[in-house]
Amino acid sequence: MPDLIAVAMSGGVDSSVVAALLHREGRNIAGMTMQLWNQRRLPELSTEKTTGRCCSLDDVYDARRVAEQVGFPFYVVNLERQFEQNVIEPFVAEYNAGRTPVPCTLCNTFIKFDRFLELADSVGAQSIATGHYARITRNVETGRYEMRTAVDFSKDQTYFLWGLTQEQLSRTLFPLGEMNKAEVRALAETFHLAVAGKHESYEICFVPNGDYAAFMEAWSREKDKTGEPAEATVGVVVDTEGRERGKHAGAHRYTVGQRKGLGIAAPEPLYVISTDTKTQTVTIGSNDALLRSTMVVSGLNWVSWSGLAAPARAQVRIRNRHVPAAATLNPIDGNRVEVRFDEPQRAVTPGQGAVFYSGDLVAGGGWIE
Amino acid sequence: MQHFYFDHNATSPVAQEVLKDLTDAMSEVYGNASSIHHFGQAAKRRLEAARRAVAARLGCTDREIVFTSGGTESDNLAVFGIARKPAVRSPKRVITSTIEHPAVLSACAQLEREGIEVTYLPVDTDGRVRAQDVRAALRQGTVLISIMHANNETGVMQPVAEIASIARQASVPFHSDGVQVGGRVPVNLRELGVDLYSISGHKFGAPKGVGALYVRKGIDLSAQLHGGHHERDRRAGTENVAGAGALGTACSLTFEWESLAELRDHLEQSILRQVPGTSVNGNPDYRMPNTSNICFEGVEGEAMVIALDLRGYAVSSGSACSSGAVEPSHVLLAMGLSPEDARSSVRFSLGPGNTREQVDGLIEAVVASAAHLRRISPSIVS
Repeated sequence: MPDLIAVAMSGGVDSSVVAALLHREGRNIAGMTMQLWNQRRLPELSTEKTTGRCCSLDDVYDARRVAEQVGFPFYVVNLERQFEQNVIEPFVAEYNAGRTPVPCTLCNTFIKFDRFLELADSVGAQSIATGHYARITRNVETGRYEMRTAVDFSKDQTYFLWGLTQEQLSRTLFPLGEMNKAEVRALAETFHLAVAGKHESYEICFVPNGDYAAFMEAWSREKDKTGEPAEATVGVVVDTEGRERGKHAGAHRYTVGQRKGLGIAAPEPLYVISTDTKTQTVTIGSNDALLRSTMVVSGLNWVSWSGLAAPARAQVRIRNRHVPAAATLNPIDGNRVEVRFDEPQRAVTPGQGAVFYSGDLVAGGGWIE
Repeated sequence: MQHFYFDHNATSPVAQEVLKDLTDAMSEVYGNASSIHHFGQAAKRRLEAARRAVAARLGCTDREIVFTSGGTESDNLAVFGIARKPAVRSPKRVITSTIEHPAVLSACAQLEREGIEVTYLPVDTDGRVRAQDVRAALRQGTVLISIMHANNETGVMQPVAEIASIARQASVPFHSDGVQVGGRVPVNLRELGVDLYSISGHKFGAPKGVGALYVRKGIDLSAQLHGGHHERDRRAGTENVAGAGALGTACSLTFEWESLAELRDHLEQSILRQVPGTSVNGNPDYRMPNTSNICFEGVEGEAMVIALDLRGYAVSSGSACSSGAVEPSHVLLAMGLSPEDARSSVRFSLGPGNTREQVDGLIEAVVASAAHLRRISPSIVS
């Protein structure tokens, strides 16, 4: 039997095209949808629209339908426990600690390219394929697996993929990395896939309507069953001079760079500059106060580079869709670098990922301290 | 690749004799069994012959058989049909067990929402309800006891005859979900002493969509579907003549599932001998002859099911949730297994089509995939 490839299928266009493409190439594939979160679990958050969000029944139905249509075996695997432990719990803990986490990176690192790969192994698959927009190549000289940004930079997902290890990269296929979205949609239509016209979702899959504060509160209520949030969630809003400018209902509800929803009238636009969940203080200020020239990045993972021994030039992305900014990376120790931007960057947010690029090469990344 | 089926407790294929009967009925006997004309009479004849065949198989009279759409409807009809009757005493109470099929458990959960008190009896590590627990749970106002005959996941038979005599002494109607038993092995409902008994056609060679509920003469059941006067006012809806006929034919098949015990034992013993860290879930002395539920310590059951499917062998693990993903079995958890062991358990359920060669192939595949899973899993058992 030819090598088996496990295709991670979300029920969306991208992963459906991946499966259909590989099948058409004559590869031996099995489709798998990871059941990560029960959308009906926190009923107070339920909205009418649950399609397009991860793990809704409609998405599983769509993935299964593609498998039936194209003709390969399909399974739904329950990874709810692992998702809770590796994504939801850190997500809530990070917010409660005053940082802004990136659950998609956690999910990629601990679920999609870790547990899913293990699952692929266990069912006898040698490699996995996903619908991510990124490219993996092997450097024949060094033997190292390298990651490059997608050819369609507007779809590039490398910001979420810096946590992949060499072992994971060696067994992963990203067939869409060389394509643009229009080509993928065209392929979906060529293959007559039922999902060809399906809309995409960009929100955090388990957070309805992007209201992460409501999610965290509902989840925490379910956890401690007291019906009350564990900590006091009121505090003051101060400006950069330390003057009290208002009250707020929980520092975890605010994100660095946020402008809307502050409820404070001022002649100039005001932004969240920082949050401190220990003292329940939210600091606001003008756009200029958001600018930073340096940051420390820790929890590093080197992807295309094998490490960093001396200062090096790179382009650094500090959030998804951020245009990589030129910077110098100064190694502090084995697990931390200081990033010094050529131009100050707006809203450097603790808890977010920082990804280092050298041209289209993903050098590595880490978490902003 | 050839695929072999070892998941008969989920459903079983339609038997050849039944299929012939079914297609004949569908093409020729199309009358409405309630019509007075020739066509209606032909349908009625077929329906009543089927009812007699079912009754003969179960050791009861034909008037005690109500045709339904299957196991879930039979269970729902029994539970709601008894518990929802107006009672003098309030609150009404129902006794059931933690290992019932969702068709009973969810119906009981609905009763709770309607204000009825439900007692869920535990099981011992053998997977059996203790009859004395039923006796101890009886209270003023108990209107129904519902305990399954054999569990679908472990195959373990419950002490139904003992419970029936306790129920009779207390004058409380006793329903038993016999979906895994009725039609497969000889059952005599008179001797068993139950008042209501559910069976499902697709578990023993009839198609999906037909089943029956035995309602002992003298038991007053309130209908849950309202319409015409079908099934002696116990279940409205134009009779599924072809389906009922198929159920009757399946009840007349000569295959006895007891003969599967030998193959099942061969499978089980071989796995226990060849795969370290394995054990049987449920007491082997009280089991359906076709079922084996085995815990593979440290192995993810879900992964084993997929791995075996990709090798051509269909088995199952836990119960499927709405998406099709697997959740740890509530039955195994109720027996005291840890969630890890429950997730590491796999159910093999044999049926009439299985051969010695198929079983030998399955054993080989199980041994290989268990070894592979243990090799790559972080939680290896030595």
